[in-house]
Amino acid sequence: MSGALSIRGVSKTYDPEGASVEALRECSFEVRAEEFVAIVGPSGCGKTTLLNAIAGFDTVSAGEISLDGRLLAARPGPDRVVVFQHGALFPWKTVLENVTYGPLKQRALSRPAAEAKALEFLRASGGLDTVAASYPAQLSSGMQRRVEIVRALMNDPRLLLLDEPFRAMDGFSKATMHQHLLDLHRRYRKTVVFITHDLDEAIYLADTVVVMTTRPGTVKQIIRVNLERPRVPQMLYSREYAELKKSAAESVHEEARRAFERGEKEQA
Amino acid sequence: MKHLNWRGAVSIAGFILLWTLLARLKAPGFAEIPDPAAVGRAFWDKYLPSAAYWRSWAVSFERVGYGFLASQLLGIPLGLLLGTRRLFHDVVYPVVELLRPIPPLAWVPLSILFWPTAELSIVFITFIGPFFIIVINVHDAVRGARKEHLWLARSLGASPSYIFRRIILPSVIPAVAVGMTLGIAVAWNVVIAAEMIASDAGLGRLTWEGYVSHTGTTVLIGMISIGLAGYLSTLLVTYAEKRMMPWQR
Repeated sequence: MSGALSIRGVSKTYDPEGASVEALRECSFEVRAEEFVAIVGPSGCGKTTLLNAIAGFDTVSAGEISLDGRLLAARPGPDRVVVFQHGALFPWKTVLENVTYGPLKQRALSRPAAEAKALEFLRASGGLDTVAASYPAQLSSGMQRRVEIVRALMNDPRLLLLDEPFRAMDGFSKATMHQHLLDLHRRYRKTVVFITHDLDEAIYLADTVVVMTTRPGTVKQIIRVNLERPRVPQMLYSREYAELKKSAAESVHEEARRAFERGEKEQA
Repeated sequence: MKHLNWRGAVSIAGFILLWTLLARLKAPGFAEIPDPAAVGRAFWDKYLPSAAYWRSWAVSFERVGYGFLASQLLGIPLGLLLGTRRLFHDVVYPVVELLRPIPPLAWVPLSILFWPTAELSIVFITFIGPFFIIVINVHDAVRGARKEHLWLARSLGASPSYIFRRIILPSVIPAVAVGMTLGIAVAWNVVIAAEMIASDAGLGRLTWEGYVSHTGTTVLIGMISIGLAGYLSTLLVTYAEKRMMPWQR
């Protein structure tokens, strides 16, 4: 199980009631196994469309998406688990029930084994095992996000897809979540595709940053982040970080300006 | 009750005081309205020991119970079908939309003609009120089920039938709860009006008889009884809702 992702010439055109909308145009990039890739771009540039296609929630109009050399079918599977922008914990299930849902549904583990693994993962995720019997509504948004990531990891996916998971968080919570996510990535070595429109977040977390153009979204620039790991907040003030940000900022801001001028609405 | 709501108690006391003053002073419109003490005396002496009075409670509760229960038992599955089956939705929903705006009381004449007994007519009208509320609530909730939940369940290996049972059904429970809360209030509104029009028993009939016989105390005892009955029903529904949604405690 590795998790090398290949996006080749992917295009997507929506055709709601005859009004053709080109969301993606010939997107191509490669993600190495265990790599952390961030996709940045202005709102409405097709980031989420691309993520949905990788996850198997949506089809593509042209092009190919393959995982470890095998073409991905347009149906979701436990090898690619998504953490959604607005969260998707089942509110009627406890934390433990949410986290054990996947392995039990797929009969990958027995209930005692799934619960033992879940409690271990929750404990390693900042002591979340203490809230295993709670319902999601009883947790803070940061805790909910951590539970969602644990739920995804419980399925041992080859690909972890995160769709702006920290978007609604304040700066302090976001910084804590960044460290937590980096720690999980170091520990579990999953390939991560992380959607964001926050350039700082993208550079700080990722090995590679893919900058997308405004709609129709296509790859504008691929930036290799050569900051060493483990990442620490002090790096945000380093010269290397400043240079990376400078090189990416120009293209991101240019696309943001184009999106603004076109009157793009928030729909990413 | 964990603690007394002093503001609420003062508000009720103030209301009773105002009512007493207006009734005693024979304020405009209050000439025929008895004061609270007279209502209390009449209740204590005449109605509290009266089997007929308590039978009125039982009759109205029974009608609301049957009508409300039937509306939920038929309305929830219909709402689920409308929300999940496209063909069924396309065929049946226009009929629902056509019938829904008809006020429940407009069904009274047809109901009397259709059903063999007055009792069945009243239960039917009490059924109609909450029925469309629950159908629409459940239908909208199914259609509004979060796609992220459905996607995630599919990702993790759930079959369509599992998704229906374990994802869609729990996700419509809050809408069922809202439909029940609104529905029980409508059921009481409707049953009282129907009893006034077409029945010889029940709290609605009791209130109407008070009006016909110019007995202000009976009218007010009937009204207060209806208010209490509605309040008790709401408590029951609220209790049921809490049991249905432990995650919202």
